[in-house]
Amino acid sequence: MSKSCCSSSKQRMILACSGGSNVGQATNQAAVELTREGFGKMYCLVGIGAGLQGFVQSARDVEEMVVLDGCPVGCAKAILDREGISPGRYVVATALGIEKVKDPQLIVREEDVQRIKDAAREGAGAASPDSARAATASCGCSGKA
Amino acid sequence: MEIKVLGPGCQKCHETEKVVREALADSGVAANVMKVSDFQEIAMLGVFATPAVVIDGQVKVSGKVPTKKDVLAWISK
Repeated sequence: MSKSCCSSSKQRMILACSGGSNVGQATNQAAVELTREGFGKMYCLVGIGAGLQGFVQSARDVEEMVVLDGCPVGCAKAILDREGISPGRYVVATALGIEKVKDPQLIVREEDVQRIKDAAREGAGAASPDSARAATASCGCSGKA
Repeated sequence: MEIKVLGPGCQKCHETEKVVREALADSGVAANVMKVSDFQEIAMLGVFATPAVVIDGQVKVSGKVPTKKDVLAWISK
């Protein structure tokens, strides 16, 4: 397990609203893909929303946070606001021109996911290959095991 | 008092344990210090990044080494 510990990457938490609409599901897919690509690590927004102490404290302590909301209702941001946590980089899918539609199939379009990912990455610095390696057990090490 | 130092065993995890033990020694507070490296247990506590410190079930810090001052404040409450 220690092999996945000492990452030189910055700790970047990714939170997606993952809501029950096409745009909510697009944020979820974007968060999954950004995690797989090593940009950061998706984390359980619902744990923070539930007020579970360890999740809330982790969100307070993280070095950098990217929050993805599907629409202007802003549920993800509202959860953080309630805990007094600044969202850091904040992306709203509909503000990127992605339309929220009534679709019982919750079809997620690849181009929408890509647009959300691009917005999340904008100005956030380069991805580190180390962070993908550390995605399931990231630690605050600087690679000096 | 039960103090858990969470992490897979890297340098910062060791530093964290050292800081915790120094704070306990300085304060004279009695506590059971445990190292936890099991991913399932760490995940159950909702910790995003290690090292982390949990005191009596409360996550006090995640993803960084606390200062001795931090730990002294936590254990004196």
